[in-house]
Amino acid sequence: MAQTVFAPWDDPNEKPLIQFRNVTKRFGDFTAIDNLSQDIYAREFFALLGPSGCGKTTMMRMLAGFETPTEGQILIAGQDMAGVSPNKRPVNMMFQSYALFPHISVWENIAFGLKREGMEKAKIDARVTEMLRLTRLERFARRKPHQISGGQRQRVALARSLAKAPKLLLLDEPLGALDAKLRQDTQFELMDIQEKTGTTFVIVTHDQEEAMTVASRVAVMDEGQIMQVATPAVIYEQPNSVYVADFIGDVNIIEGAATPQGDGYDIAWAEGQPVLHVKTGKSFAPGQKCFLAIRPEKVGISAEEPTDAANKVQGQIIDIAYLGNLSTYHVQLADGTMMKAQIANTRRLSRRSLTWEDHVWLSWTDTAPVLLES
Amino acid sequence: MRRLVLISVPYLWLLALFLIPFLIVLKISLSDTALAIPPYLPTLDLSEGWVGIKAFFAELDFENFRFLTEDDLYWKAYLSSLQIAAISTLLTLLVGYPIAYGMAMAPDQWRPTLMMLVILPFWTSFLIRVYSWMGILSSEGVLNQFLSWIGLIDQPLTILNTNTAVYIGIVYTYLPFMILPIYATLEKLDGSLLEAAEDLGCSRLSAFWLVTIPLSKQGIIAGCFLVFIPVIGEFVIPSLLGGSGTLMIGKVLWEEFFNNRDWPVASAVAVLLLLILIIPIILFQRNEQKQREREG
Repeated sequence: MAQTVFAPWDDPNEKPLIQFRNVTKRFGDFTAIDNLSQDIYAREFFALLGPSGCGKTTMMRMLAGFETPTEGQILIAGQDMAGVSPNKRPVNMMFQSYALFPHISVWENIAFGLKREGMEKAKIDARVTEMLRLTRLERFARRKPHQISGGQRQRVALARSLAKAPKLLLLDEPLGALDAKLRQDTQFELMDIQEKTGTTFVIVTHDQEEAMTVASRVAVMDEGQIMQVATPAVIYEQPNSVYVADFIGDVNIIEGAATPQGDGYDIAWAEGQPVLHVKTGKSFAPGQKCFLAIRPEKVGISAEEPTDAANKVQGQIIDIAYLGNLSTYHVQLADGTMMKAQIANTRRLSRRSLTWEDHVWLSWTDTAPVLLES
Repeated sequence: MRRLVLISVPYLWLLALFLIPFLIVLKISLSDTALAIPPYLPTLDLSEGWVGIKAFFAELDFENFRFLTEDDLYWKAYLSSLQIAAISTLLTLLVGYPIAYGMAMAPDQWRPTLMMLVILPFWTSFLIRVYSWMGILSSEGVLNQFLSWIGLIDQPLTILNTNTAVYIGIVYTYLPFMILPIYATLEKLDGSLLEAAEDLGCSRLSAFWLVTIPLSKQGIIAGCFLVFIPVIGEFVIPSLLGGSGTLMIGKVLWEEFFNNRDWPVASAVAVLLLLILIIPIILFQRNEQKQREREG
């Protein structure tokens, strides 16, 4: 049985859980969020991705109630959040520093929010035990936060913020303090927990790999605005701007002028060089400036001139970055443009023929690149 | 060898400036009053050799300590000192905590100035500051003049030479000792903890009770001891601001020494005071050590 694809954002009947309506937030002269509107749906794992200072943390803090929008409205489950203080919102937050209370035990930390609700003791016991099991912390219940490891602290913070069963869980750079290996494991754990609990997660991160791994949709932000919101695959394969293409992963950008040709466009990109052909659904005026974006792994590299490739350019290998599973070749084209080509190292090193200063051909199909206006 | 020299320096210091004076006081407390210079007997006479030393020790006894238990003035003075110290510590805490809190919450650029304002009074003589309180609190003093000028009172209030004046003086003098340790713990307090508490359903007030107060506990304890311990033996403030009804052991001690010229009894009072103070001092040290362990 095929699983139904989770895509409430494509369903016009679906009501969003969170609505940003023309939200602007200014700190003095500085505009952190600039007239931003965005819907987030229940059960989504929504990632706010961007460089530091892009406004992603401000958006999260406005959801939690620690900041109030200067203009515009934020609705959670249809209710306007203006004037609702943080302790009255159906929202919990996992802090970047974890913000565990150092003077009480792991158990007490998790029970903290439940006690504030005035829940009866037996129910608190049951709920805390459930949270400890979910985050595999049973053994550490009696310890104080400074007596456990960073990874365990991260799980305590998660358990504490989930204990009250919030409609919305906010995660502020939740994995920033963990080392790379632990971070990967925890990413999958987070997705697992999100699925099990059915809670809507909004995660703030500057780590694009993390956003791509965990999120159902990613919002790429820059200077207080959302540049693109889409599933990780769409963000990667069909970025809508050079900024997004460049922010997510590695990309070669070639600037040129478009001329309609067949079912796509011919791109004149350098004098004396053959035009590049790209198939695209977008339309460009003849001679319009455009940017051709192509991911390095979609560029082939060979010593001999390929015969069947739609696009090919000649260049010289300047640098090779060996990453173990992959090698990235930096190739300088005739006009000085640098291009990257990435090849999976499926053969052993000694059997590969390309090396520094070799003259090579780069080639790609006419559907591999994306043509962008800006 | 170098290590030995290094560690012997502080020990020699403690020996010369604390242990030897204490032993002298202890010795006097075991002696008898005499009309002589110094006003007690026996004095050690080394010229008679071993016999002299033996005779010297034979004459020492605990008579003065027995005397302290017989006259209820001393017990009352000790208890009254403890009571005044406890009440004024509480008052200092009530005044000092909000000040420390305000300092810790103030914008970064303001903090050095506020800190300076707390420390600044130390730059003038303690005695002068206590005398100036006499000027403020007396019946013709600044406070009474001000209160009658704004029409709040017709008769001047009697504050000077009462326990109230003593409390005012103690709270004023010892406030920095309360503020600084509390400020030090509050300043380190991670603001996101309070946000987390609010996020989990606390009001501002309950977040303060459940997070801020417990996390500044070490500072509160340290500040309370730093006030309580010296106030027990306080002499200048009760004798200048207090009245005849103000009974404090420091004052009793001074009177024994200088009015009665009874050095042995005065020394016994001092030794007993030290024994009483050892308990809070040990507790204070343990608190400090616990804090270091937590941070280390």
